[in-house]
This record gives sequence, C-alpha cells and structure tokens, in this order.
Amino acid sequence: MSEAITRSAPSQTPLLVLDQLKKYYPIRKGLLNRTAEYVKAVDGVSLNIVPGETLGLVGESGCGKSTIGRSIVGLERPTDGRILFEGADISKLSGSEMIKLHSEVQIVFQDPYSSLNPRKTIGSLLAEAVKVHRVVPSDKVVSEVDRLLDIVGLPKTSKSRYPHEFSGGQRQRIGIARALALKPKLIVCDEPVSALDVSIQAQVLNLLKQLQKEFNLTYLFIAHGLGAVRYISDRIAVMYLGKVVEIGPTKELFRNPKHPYTRALLDSYPIANPHLRDRERIVLEGDVPSPVNPPSGCRFHTRCPMAQAKCREEEPLLVGEGDHASACWFSH
Amino acid sequence: MYNYVMRRILIAIPVLFGVTVINFIIMKMAPGNPVDMLVNPKLPAAAVEAKRMELGLNAPAYEQYWNWLKNLVLHGDLGYSMITYEPVTRMIGEHLWPTLLLMGISLILGLAIAIPLGVISAVRQYSKLDYTVVTLSFLGISIPNFFLGLGLVYLFALKLDWLPTSGMTELGQGGSFKDVVLHLILPCIVLTANVTGRTIRYVRSSMLEIIGQDYLRTARAKGLKEVLVVNKHAMRNALIPIVTILGMEIPILFGGAVVIEQIFSWPGIGQLTLSSIMSRDYSTIMGLNLVAAIVVIFANLLTDIVYALVDPRIKHSYQGAARS
Amino acid sequence: MNLFKRYLGVRQQPEADLIAIASEGEGEPKGAFWRRFRKHKLAVAGLFVIGIMAVCAIFAPWIAPYHPSAITDSFGEGPTWSHLLGTDQVGRDVLSRIIFAARVSLSVGIGSVLISAIIGAVLGLISGYFGGWIDGVIMRITDMFMSFPYIMLILVVSSIVGPGLKNIILILGLLGWPGVARLVRGSVLSIKQTEYIKASVALGYKTPRILFNHILPNATAPLLIYATSGVAGAILDEAALSFLGLGVQPPTASWGNMLASAQSLTVLTDKPWLWVAPGVMIVLCVLSINFIGDALRDAMDPKNRK
Repeated sequence: MSEAITRSAPSQTPLLVLDQLKKYYPIRKGLLNRTAEYVKAVDGVSLNIVPGETLGLVGESGCGKSTIGRSIVGLERPTDGRILFEGADISKLSGSEMIKLHSEVQIVFQDPYSSLNPRKTIGSLLAEAVKVHRVVPSDKVVSEVDRLLDIVGLPKTSKSRYPHEFSGGQRQRIGIARALALKPKLIVCDEPVSALDVSIQAQVLNLLKQLQKEFNLTYLFIAHGLGAVRYISDRIAVMYLGKVVEIGPTKELFRNPKHPYTRALLDSYPIANPHLRDRERIVLEGDVPSPVNPPSGCRFHTRCPMAQAKCREEEPLLVGEGDHASACWFSH
Repeated sequence: MYNYVMRRILIAIPVLFGVTVINFIIMKMAPGNPVDMLVNPKLPAAAVEAKRMELGLNAPAYEQYWNWLKNLVLHGDLGYSMITYEPVTRMIGEHLWPTLLLMGISLILGLAIAIPLGVISAVRQYSKLDYTVVTLSFLGISIPNFFLGLGLVYLFALKLDWLPTSGMTELGQGGSFKDVVLHLILPCIVLTANVTGRTIRYVRSSMLEIIGQDYLRTARAKGLKEVLVVNKHAMRNALIPIVTILGMEIPILFGGAVVIEQIFSWPGIGQLTLSSIMSRDYSTIMGLNLVAAIVVIFANLLTDIVYALVDPRIKHSYQGAARS
Repeated sequence: MNLFKRYLGVRQQPEADLIAIASEGEGEPKGAFWRRFRKHKLAVAGLFVIGIMAVCAIFAPWIAPYHPSAITDSFGEGPTWSHLLGTDQVGRDVLSRIIFAARVSLSVGIGSVLISAIIGAVLGLISGYFGGWIDGVIMRITDMFMSFPYIMLILVVSSIVGPGLKNIILILGLLGWPGVARLVRGSVLSIKQTEYIKASVALGYKTPRILFNHILPNATAPLLIYATSGVAGAILDEAALSFLGLGVQPPTASWGNMLASAQSLTVLTDKPWLWVAPGVMIVLCVLSINFIGDALRDAMDPKNRK
C-alpha cells in the first residue's frame, strides 16, 4: 500500500486504486492437464486515479494493459491484489454487487465493428442499458435515448438503424453513448481509437475530452502508442511485461523520460521539433520476452542498451520524486 | 503426438462406460420380458418364476448390470441370448462380417465416386456439370434406402431377372466368390448412393473453401498450370476434412444396414438387430448396441488420430503449451 | 475439465462452416436475403412443393376424394378414373391415404425437430457459455448418445415405448438433440468471444438476458439451417421406422407404412401403384426440404454478401 500512496497524484482522494494487482493465466500441460506454469499477464501493478483525471496506460501488445482494464470492469478476476473503487474493494464482489458496480464503471472497446450486437437497433441497444439499470423512469426511456445520441453527436433517426449501417467512427460514438447510458464515474477506454482512421481518431478523442468536461468523467485510457495518449492524458503510466516501469505527468514524462523503455517508445515516434532530432535515439531490438518466464532482475534488461550486471540480478522498484517515478537502477 | 493419442483414448473410456450404462437403462425401461414371450400362459406361476430366476431377471438392476459388465470385461462375454440360448458374442461374430463387408465396400465405392466428382464440381463451380452433380447428390441423400432398394429389386431382379434378390449366397451353391459378389451388387448400390450423396457435398464445399484461399491464388500467380494447382495444392488440403467423413459415415451406415439387410435378407448385424428387437431378446440387443457403439467410438478415435497425422496444425498445437 | 474443452476445440466438426455463419453474421437489409434465396430455382420450386403438401395436409378431409380408411368397392385395382392411384388390397383409396399421410410426415418432421431444437439449444447455450465442468458433462453425454448408431437407438427405444405417431415424434425429438447441442455450443463459443457480449457483461446484464437476448439471436441462423435438414432427416426416419413396422401403425396412413406392403413379392411385382406413389412422395418432400435448406445456407452465409 505504501508504494501506491507515494504514487498518488496531488492530494486528492483517489477514485480508483490498484493495489499490487496480479493476473496469472494457468498453462495446462501434459496428459492430466496439470497447471505447470503461469502466464504472468499482470504482475503486481499499483496505480491511483483521482476523480476527473485521465490516466494513460501505454505498452506493447501483451504487456497486460488490457487485462488491467478488463479487471477493473469485472470481465477478469484478479489472481491477487485489490481494486479499490471509492475506497471499497471491488475485485471480489458477488454477482449482485457487481451489477451495481457496473453502473459506476464502464468500458469502451477497441473494435467498434464487433462491440455492437449486429442484430439490434441502436435504439434498442441504448434503451436496454437504460432500462436494465433503471437510470430513468420507464416513460422517459425514449427521451433518454435521444439525449444520449445527441450527446455523442448522432441524429435521433439513428435509433431505428442497425450497427452495420454506420461507419467505424460513428459506431465508436454509439459505444461511448452506451457506456454513458449508465451515468458512470469512471470509463475504461480500451484502445478506443486504434482501429479508426487517423482523421476520425481526432474527432473521437475530442468527443471524449468534451464529455469528460461536461460530466466530470474519469478515464483510464489504454493505448499501445504514445500519440493519442499524449493528447488526452493528464498522467501516463508505461507498462512492460506486466509491470509499470514509469509513471508521471504527461508533459514531464515526455520532456524527461527516465526509463530507457519509455525513451525507446518516445524515440519510435517522429519528432516535430527539428532541434531535438539530433539527440541519441534508443531503438529497441529483439522481441518482448515471454511473460511465462520473465527475465530475472529488471525485466527490460534483455533489450536495454544500458543494462549492467546489477540489472540482471536485482529488480528495481518504482521510485521517484513527487509524482514522477520510474523503475530503473540508472534513472536517478 | 503421444500425448494427443493418449488424451483421446482417455476420453473414450468414460464415453464407452456411459454407453453401457445408457444401454442398460434403456433395456430396463422395457415393459414385458422374454419370459412373457416364451412361456405358455397356462404354465403355473411357479414355473414362470423359476424361469425368471434362471435368466437372472429377479436380481436388482445394478446387480444385473454389474454381472453383465464383469463378464464382459473379464471374459469378453456378453451373456446368452434369451431366445436361442446361443452365446451373444458368437451370434454377433457370425453376423458382423457380412455387415462389415457390405459397409466397407459401399464406403470405399462411395468415396471413390464422390471425391473426384466433388472436386471437379468445385473446380467448375456454376457449370452445368456442377449443377448436375449437386442435384444428383441431393437426390442421393433424399431417397429413402428402402424405396431405392425396392426399386432396384423390382427392376433388376424381378423384371430383368439379372441379379438375385436376397441373401448372401444361393442356397446349395456353397457361396463361391462370384455368387457373393452377385448378391452384393444391389444392396451395395443402395448404400453407395447414400454415401456418395452425403460425401459429394462435403468434398465440394471444403474444396471450394480452399480454392478461394490466398495460397492458391499465389500458386496461380506464380504461373502454375490449373491442373497442377488443383492436384498438388488444393486436393491435399481438401482431403484433410474428408477424414471427418469417415468418422461420420460409420454410425449412419450401421443404421442404414438395418433397413437394407431387411430388404435384401442380408445375414448381417442389421437383421439380427431387428429380429432380436421383435423378440425382445435383451441380452442380444445390449450386445449389439455395445458392439455398434464400440465400432463408432473406435472409428472416431481413428479419425482423430489420422487427422492429427495429416494436419500439422493439430500436431503443433499439442507440442507447445496453449493458453487455456 | 480443460481436457474436454481442448478435445472439442481441436476436433474438426462438420458443422464448422455453419458456426462461422453465427460468428461472422452481420445485420443487413431484409430484401437482400430473399434476393439471394430466389437465385436457387430448385429451392423456390421446393418451397412451392412443400407449400402444396402443407395445404394438402391441413385441408386433407376436404381435398381427399375418400376417407383414408374407408373401404371402397374395388380391391387391389390399378388406377382408374374413380381411384386415380388405385386401391390397396383392403379396398382403401391410395390417393386419399397419400394425402392424409402428408399430415403424418409433416407433423413428425416439424414436431420432432422442434423438440430437439429446444433441448439442444438450451443445453448448447449452457454448455458453451459456462464452460468448465458443466460443459464437460453435457458434451460427454452428447458423445455417448452420438456413439450409438442413430437408427438402431431409435429402433430399440420405439420397440420399448411402442409404436404410434405421438411416440415417434417424441422419440425422434428426444434423441435428436445432441447434434443441435453441439452446433449451438460451437456458435456460442465463437459469439462469446465477441466484444458485444463482453460489453453486455460490463453493462451489468444478468446471465439469462445475455444468453437469450444477445447470444441466442446470433446463433439462430445456423440453427435454422441445421433444423431444416433435421426436418428432412426426421421424415426419412419416420418412413423407415414405419416401413419396418415400428412406426406409425395402420390403419393410420403414413408414406412409410404404405411402402411396407411392397415387402411382399406379389405386391412389388404386380401392384406397383401401391408403393411407387408413396415412395415418390417421400423423395419429393425430403428433396424439397433439402433444397430449401441449401438455399437458406447460401443466403445466410455472410461470405456470399456483396
């Protein structure tokens, strides 16, 4: 817990706290399917999110960022650790308590083509969410659906149409409207724009920003690259192989990345400022090691240009001054 | 590979056990019993009771099942027919070969006709030939066995008098090779028509799917002749799902045998089944069902193994660890 | 239990292409379906044939020239103007019996498939959605039932419960579900992975709502196709059972039991009108249904959409 507190953003009670969250998937082997090993998708992650902020969660595919998002909305059961929402542990809730939680925490998925039931009209998709949670009295459901469509910038006539009649960007708006239907406090955005065309991405990001202001929403924004995250996040956490390796305010993290992995991610993006182009760049080589047997010591040492003997032996902790912290022996 | 085969064998065991239990339960649900059929209603009750004791019908159900299973596992003994008092294993043994002969030949013939037709039909999709083949295959699956059988008997045996109508051999001729073949022709045509009808559609659709795939387009793009593309690249991959057909056909053929053997008086399992059902010969029916189920389970097991041998994807997915 | 899951995952199922229809299915304008269906001329003809048969079955008492078991004044006569398809040895009008027998075949086909579709769909939904040991148990039972040669099992059971129309429908219905269960389970497994189902879970919907309101509607297309061929199969099975004397019993007319008389050589050679007509009816009926099923498959397959 102590680690989590040092990581908290300025002096506000956090809305969501992840405390040493772990999610292991068993691998079964042999004739009798004994669990021989585990895929350590998330291996001890502690994070805070304060009301009204956007925390970006970044990492290569397979680093466990989506697993964290899915655990928060209850699609996965954590193996260990706690998820505190407004101070209460929600990781071990029973069915009915979980259902209540769902109206507080929602998720927007990556693929707008598969996240809407193809056999339901937009109107019935939204009305169902409103009705099941009794957000408004039953005679107001229709006007509530209209209001939701209006909020995300879609015409009322969309109600009687089916998902396949909409473009990717429009579908993502519908997905956002559906998440908003329950009036949640926290929305997990699981790579919401990475399946969209670049021109559409900005529109959806702007919509998310505008909704945040209007309804005082809190976002956990998951992405595999830094582009969209930089635009929308107040703070960013960088993950590598199931662990957070660096966390800090967006500007701070971009100006002064402390972890070599963060630097590598930044360097893989084209730089707009020509004066900065000369600096030495870190280019990653090799593949991400298997999360079944993560490397000893610092998990990044197999690909790190700065790795020393110490990195192979001891695991660095996530430490730093103020709200910018990193897990590297050589960043301080 | 070893793991994969062992896994399948391990799974087959509980299924086999379950099959014997279901079998037994069904038999126990039966009203009436062979004693009622056998004994003269004028016999005194005591004599009927003695007969029941003798046949073991008074013991509790689980004990009857246990005795039956014990005998089967320890001695390969399926008990005695309640009607003819012959050992069930011997009765089945005598009738099994004619059925397997009939089924085997029909299956081989059916595949030999269906695979090339299905492939050609797929290669020339939407051609006249394709329509003809597909329509004929629908006819093959829509004609009831017995109607086709009767029609053939009417035409070839009664009107033209070319072929014998019933049995496996002519009485008093000792069953020469030629004699058996002549008797085989009509029932074989019926079963083959069925197998062919089902198989053509399966071959055609799996072939069509493969033809549309990218690696075949690549093969064409690099300038391979169409014949070569089809024979070397498409056929091999289309044959993989065909292995499945073998597994599916065997239980269907067993069923078809009951009807066909009845029409052609073929001395096989089907006829034995029907006659023991009519005379409520429980021990024989149980034995027959069990043998049929074992054949089916083994056919499935074999299918799975052959599958693994021809499809490298399965082999590999069992070597590496997979996420659950 | 994972053992079972993987066993079924790897084994190539013949219904795999049907399952793809469930998972790749997308909504589309309603007219498009009929446009593709109409391309199958034989299926349209089949629809027409089945329509006529259904009318005959429903209005049989008004259409048939005679009562099906009424004994007329001619015995075993060939076709004449007063008996278009002749009479049987007892003196009943063959045409009238054929018209009434359509009732038997169609009700067996539809009734038994309805029963097995309901049982199979519920078990398949449960099996696919919950997975784990529930899935293992249901699938093992399915395997056991599928290990018996189908016709043999039906024969044994019908000899036990006794023949008759109601029993035949029940037997075929109660023994026909394993195929449906496997198909629905496969569809559910692929639908379950979609994000819209995950979204329903995240929206806090209760499991029955997710199962019946979101998963089942997406699994109906393959189920419908499978059920169509199931109807054809059930009609053939009833005919075979009645032919062997274990199905619908005379005097009730069924195409199958009308053919049974042809087991006698004299009928087979000298009175073909007694067995050719009912046989042709079975073929026509089953063939039409199979054509319709094939057209449905093509029309519903998302791969055929442009």
